[in-house]
Amino acid sequence: MSSTETPVKRATPVRESAGPAREPRRRGRPRIPALALNLIALVAGIGLWAWLASLGIQALPGPAAVADKAGELIADGTLADDALASLRRVLIGFALGTLLAVPVGFLMGWYPVARGLLEPYVQFFRTVPPLAMIPLAIVLLGIGEVPKIFVIFLAAFLSSVVAAFQGVVGVERTLIDAARVLGAHDGTIFLKVVVPASAPFILVGMRIGLGSAWGTLVAAELIAAQEGLGYQMQKAQLYYDLPTIFVGLITIGLLGLLMDRLLLLAERRLTRWQETR
Amino acid sequence: MNAKISFRDVSRTFPMKRTTFTALDEVSLDIGDEEFVTVVGPSGCGKSTLLNLAAGLAVPTSGEVLVDGKPVTGPGPDRGVIFQQYALFPWLTVRGNVEFGLKLASVPATERRRRAERAIELVGLTDFADALPKTLSGGMKQRCAIARAYAVDPQVLLMDEPFGALDALTRVQLQDQLLDTWSRDRRTVLFVTHDVDEAVYLARRVVVMAARPGRIQSVIEVDLPYPRTEAIRLSPEFARIRNAVWTAVYHQTPAATTAA
Ligand SMILES: Nc1ncnc2c1ncn2[C@@H]1O[C@H](COP(=O)(O)OP(=O)(O)OP(=O)(O)O)[C@@H](O)[C@H]1O
Ligand SMILES: [Mg+2]
Repeated sequence: MSSTETPVKRATPVRESAGPAREPRRRGRPRIPALALNLIALVAGIGLWAWLASLGIQALPGPAAVADKAGELIADGTLADDALASLRRVLIGFALGTLLAVPVGFLMGWYPVARGLLEPYVQFFRTVPPLAMIPLAIVLLGIGEVPKIFVIFLAAFLSSVVAAFQGVVGVERTLIDAARVLGAHDGTIFLKVVVPASAPFILVGMRIGLGSAWGTLVAAELIAAQEGLGYQMQKAQLYYDLPTIFVGLITIGLLGLLMDRLLLLAERRLTRWQETR
Repeated sequence: MNAKISFRDVSRTFPMKRTTFTALDEVSLDIGDEEFVTVVGPSGCGKSTLLNLAAGLAVPTSGEVLVDGKPVTGPGPDRGVIFQQYALFPWLTVRGNVEFGLKLASVPATERRRRAERAIELVGLTDFADALPKTLSGGMKQRCAIARAYAVDPQVLLMDEPFGALDALTRVQLQDQLLDTWSRDRRTVLFVTHDVDEAVYLARRVVVMAARPGRIQSVIEVDLPYPRTEAIRLSPEFARIRNAVWTAVYHQTPAATTAA
């Protein structure tokens, strides 16, 4: 997965500092644009990889071999099919998970009774890695699409429900009072104050949720899938087809990065009103 | 006199670990229609509690709070509240904030626009109508909060140290602006402050409170004409009343039950 940071521990989600804001720290030295550094790192990484492969370590395929394989898989359409199958599972599981997490998080934050009833379960299942649910999912839900989507759903749900809950609890009391004295009742307060005020938290939660959903995918697809990036890699493993495994890994990484950036973009647009701290 | 707001033997206590804490102890106070009353007192004497009771954001433990002779059962748009911390909705623009209450009251869009525009103009924020709160200064934020309260046209304004966080100059400007509007629309105003000058300058009556337990120490009439001007602020009469209020606030005889 692209980002390993887990912002849950932050008291308030702070926007990732955009370019100009963090530059003044490095005064005096000539600045190299971050993008150039990224490119240098990329080229150096590929170079290192090519060099290691040329040494013949463990039959490690070089970048060229992997690129060839990728071209092959793209040409015959299998890569697109697998990527689509995986994306579909992730997006369905993620959508269901966060869609449920938001109201549940709100219930927990809003009504102490709901919190008391739900919190033990949420806290318990949060400590169980979603992957550990796979055997249970297979037994209970069979080997079709359902158990895979379920496991991804669970991963997404558990990580975003806590964020939504924290968001609701963190809504300033005076904002709610301000709405009440203007004539707002519970439903309006919920929609017009609590939802926008906790949006930054929810979006951070969604990003974490997406990360864990995507991360759970490969393992979920080990459950007798017929297609998907994880399945393709699993199959390649049986035939010692390392290039295909590499193509799968890179595709998973790129797609994860892409989805994460899209959510980050949405987060920036929707939380532009936040005071920068 | 027909009271607009009346507190009748109002007590408010908070349960503590072993005892109960008395934030307000049998407070009785009548505020007349169109009257401007300020409340001063040391920190923790229950000023905010008193105001929140009138706002309907808190309920009395005993006694009753009446507005227009009817017991307060909760907050409502007939009583506008202005908080010390501005409490603007940060995701809405100035206009969005001001229109918030009007939307809740289902005021039709054109009428809503017009009323919001007027309220924004009243506090001098026309040029910032589309700005987000984070781009406003403290004084501008508070003016926006005032406009938001004015927009729904409440009969009562409840203000909890609204100018407390502002610099002296901005504070005086907003005081004059507030009095100016009040002299035209004559709302009933209950204004909490811990600035003695401010209390005297604004009010017809200053309520001085004492702490532990929170109670009314004295009510001091301010026999100065409106409109209040700088000349009044500098007059010997103003100084005399100010001294009386100061003495009442800072040389309070402790209550019999004082805890250390
Ligand atoms: N929810 C609460 N629980 C317990 N005690 C409270 C609560 N709210 C207020 N109090 C107590 O009641 C007393 C009065 O509080 P209040 O906020 O009305 O004071 P205040 O006069 O407005 O003070 P300040 O000038 O500092 O704002 C305080 O001592 C406070 O500790
Ligand atoms: Mg207070």
